[in-house]
Amino acid sequence: MPSKVHVQTTINGEEVEFLCEPRQSLLEVLRDVLYLTGSKEGCNNGNCGACSVILDGRLVNSCLVLGAEIEGKSVETVEGLAEPDKLHPIQDAFLENAALQCGICTPGFIVAAKALLDKNPNPTEHEIRYWLAGNLCRCTGYDKIVRAVQDAAQIMSSEVSA
Amino acid sequence: MADKKEYKVIGTRPIRHDGVDKVTGRALYGADFQIVGLLHGRMLRSPHAHARIKSIDTSRAEAYPGVKAVVTAKDFPGAGDAIVDLGEGAVSLKHLQDNVLASNKALYKGHQVAAVAAIDPHTAEEALELIDVDYEVLPPVINVRNAMKEDAPLLHEDLRTDEMGEKSEKPSNIASHFQHKKGDLDKGFAEADVVIEHEFTTATVHQGYIEPHNATALYNPDGQLTIWCSTQGAFTVRAQVSEILQMPVSKVKVVPMEIGGGFGGKIQVYIKPVAAMLSMKTGKPVKVLMSRADVFEGTGPTPGSYVRVKIGATKEGRITAAEGYLAYEAGAYPGSPVGAGAMCIWSCYNIENALVDGYDVVVNKPKTSAYRAPGATNAAFAVETVIDEICEKIGMDPLEFRILNSAKEGDTRVDGPVFPRIGFAETVEAAKEHPHYSTSLDGKYRGRGVASGFWPNFGMKSSVAINVTSDGTINLVEGSTDIGGTRASIAMQAAEVLGISAESVTPIVADTNSVGYTDVTGGSRTTFATGYAAYEAAQDVKRQMIERAAKLWEVDESEVEFADGVFRCTNGKEEEIDFKGLAGQLDETGGPVVGRGTADPTGAGPSIGTHVVDVEVDPETGKVQILRYTATQDAGKAIHPSYVEGQIQGGAVQGIGWALNEEYIYNEKGEMTNASFLDYRIPTCLDLPMIDAVIVEVPNPGHPYGVRGVGETPIVAPPAAIANAIYRAIGVRMRELPMSPGRILKATGKI
Ligand code: FES
Ligand code: FES
Repeated sequence: MPSKVHVQTTINGEEVEFLCEPRQSLLEVLRDVLYLTGSKEGCNNGNCGACSVILDGRLVNSCLVLGAEIEGKSVETVEGLAEPDKLHPIQDAFLENAALQCGICTPGFIVAAKALLDKNPNPTEHEIRYWLAGNLCRCTGYDKIVRAVQDAAQIMSSEVSA
Repeated sequence: MADKKEYKVIGTRPIRHDGVDKVTGRALYGADFQIVGLLHGRMLRSPHAHARIKSIDTSRAEAYPGVKAVVTAKDFPGAGDAIVDLGEGAVSLKHLQDNVLASNKALYKGHQVAAVAAIDPHTAEEALELIDVDYEVLPPVINVRNAMKEDAPLLHEDLRTDEMGEKSEKPSNIASHFQHKKGDLDKGFAEADVVIEHEFTTATVHQGYIEPHNATALYNPDGQLTIWCSTQGAFTVRAQVSEILQMPVSKVKVVPMEIGGGFGGKIQVYIKPVAAMLSMKTGKPVKVLMSRADVFEGTGPTPGSYVRVKIGATKEGRITAAEGYLAYEAGAYPGSPVGAGAMCIWSCYNIENALVDGYDVVVNKPKTSAYRAPGATNAAFAVETVIDEICEKIGMDPLEFRILNSAKEGDTRVDGPVFPRIGFAETVEAAKEHPHYSTSLDGKYRGRGVASGFWPNFGMKSSVAINVTSDGTINLVEGSTDIGGTRASIAMQAAEVLGISAESVTPIVADTNSVGYTDVTGGSRTTFATGYAAYEAAQDVKRQMIERAAKLWEVDESEVEFADGVFRCTNGKEEEIDFKGLAGQLDETGGPVVGRGTADPTGAGPSIGTHVVDVEVDPETGKVQILRYTATQDAGKAIHPSYVEGQIQGGAVQGIGWALNEEYIYNEKGEMTNASFLDYRIPTCLDLPMIDAVIVEVPNPGHPYGVRGVGETPIVAPPAAIANAIYRAIGVRMRELPMSPGRILKATGKI
């Protein structure tokens, strides 16, 4: 077995250090080393978005990033979104809109939606669909997911202006 | 049309009970399960579509550092050729075992041949390469019509056709041929003014759930096996594993984790018995996960098929006769959904003279599994496009034609059953009245199509227990995996009975040791049948609570009534107490209240839907864009309308994928060449518009609240509706699925 790499990084605002094999992906590290199993594996090759995380402000598929690559960087995962007493508005909007069925794609969609709204707080329907095209959902037909993101955008921008 | 009954909880849209866990990433799915001392298992799969396994040498893999065990088919307990019944018809135990680990023959690329357990997943993967399998490669047959030929390569030397109940003499790839018949076909066709007949083919497609299969097994020296996994049915996993490993069911406990989609594909077991065998050998817990390629190549897709349909009608639009021929690929072992296809093919319509022949045919592809209305979509693609052609010939609106011929209560289906109250015509009316249908569609290369789809729905067995809590809430223990919001839809039915809110119910999906027997989440049965059991359990609670109120007030039970959530004394005493108040006084009136309900209801009641779609075809690239989509469906009574809409939208989109993109692409060696989400392309949100789901409610007399299952029907109509729209757009009738850009260009003569 190859010897392990020592990595220091920030995950959901907390400093974290871990050991991982050079071949382990960030997704493997999150799930199997740090037990942050909210990021899901749907394909392990960049085609489904279930493993979406935000790496230094950029939306990435964590299955395509190596664990060792996040040294000194900052990672946001689905586990970091809610506050102790309050869900993130995107999470609320997903629940209100019934935007999940089985829910396996949901963490990826929520993280991707956050990355979108961080950049573009008032996206059009087309912009939402374009941005989320890297996330596959097999259950919902996307209708309620798109509506949830539209709702979240509205709620978040009214919170900002209030 | 709406159900006139007033409900407090039913028909509302509460937040689902498992919602917070699922939006925060806390919900634990099968692959998320962790346990101390875990080993990791991986499967070796056949690289050949058809090969005799001459020998397997595992010694190099066993010697590899970090490897703890290797298993092959030799490790199965000997079982002979027993026939086992797993609740969905008899199957051969040999076939069941062979599909899990091939013994003498590999029958498809991806067929599981051996497995390794090691200290980590990568070590297990490396060790797989050290297993030496000596194959004698055989010619494959991957297409149903080729497999039916006299001289086709045989998958099973011992397979004999069940020809309408009689076993044939010669070995064949045709596992069975059956027929449903009604009336007099010759007479019917003689009465027709128009007769149209065409052949259709559909490609193999996959359920495409986003979560790959997973299983963690732990075998204890006392013979007790526990399996944590995502499955559509913990009890069917228990049944299959106990048969395959020849263990008593009481020794197998299955713990259902959250499940990331199934659509019929997570009923059959693949890796679960193997994880168990690896745990038996090592004495450690073993987790086995599939990759996406494993899922495509090694788990049940829905069959490719050849369908022939001939329909005759009068110029007034009455169907006089209909003849269908369905040949479905079963995959490597018998058991395609052709039976269900034959059940559905004519069931939207009241047809006096009809026939359907069904053929179940083995080919060198993974054993097919159920996929949302299994078998129905293939048949509907043919029937609903031929009907469109008839409408064109006689100059009739296709929705009018459907209303005129629609099956109604009391009509007899071609396959036998008599219809209870159904809402087919109502869904067609709803489509007709929808603004979509009356909005003009302008522009070149654009067209509108309609089609309908039928699914009979199933009942089957469910159990529910309800424990009343002192704060007036209830814990509802059920055995149905929640794939799409059924915790909510089941809880809401119990809440309605007890006059409490949906939020006052805590639904729990329990393991096989903790709840009564419950069949799979499948057949669109969960909200219907487990909901029925929840209704019964709540009625049991209500009866017991009435007893308690009577005790409290020292009156006779007959003098207590329960309405609108309040128990009242009817003998003149001014006593009343609500559910919560009484729940707080259980200790004083005799202790805990536990209600129980079981159901095996027979009145599932078919659900039928009608879809309208607008498309635009790009004549240069052959790409079909969906511009607008409306799906109407009879839900009987929508318990939680948001999740009913979700089923309709999700099903319609799977049907759109089937129609336009999805297919297993094979090379001449019988190898699937597109086993990834990049090359097997399911719809993304950029491919789609909003999907307008219209719920029609014609209550099902077979359920206390009128529920009909809704999950499966919506996938049936889309391919035909889209084919009809493409015809209106470019004047070409597509008779092959998927209607991918290449096929469109071929059909228009561009390539
Ligand atoms: S698991 Fe990373 S994109 Fe699918
Ligand atoms: S909700 Fe199941 S994959 Fe999206």
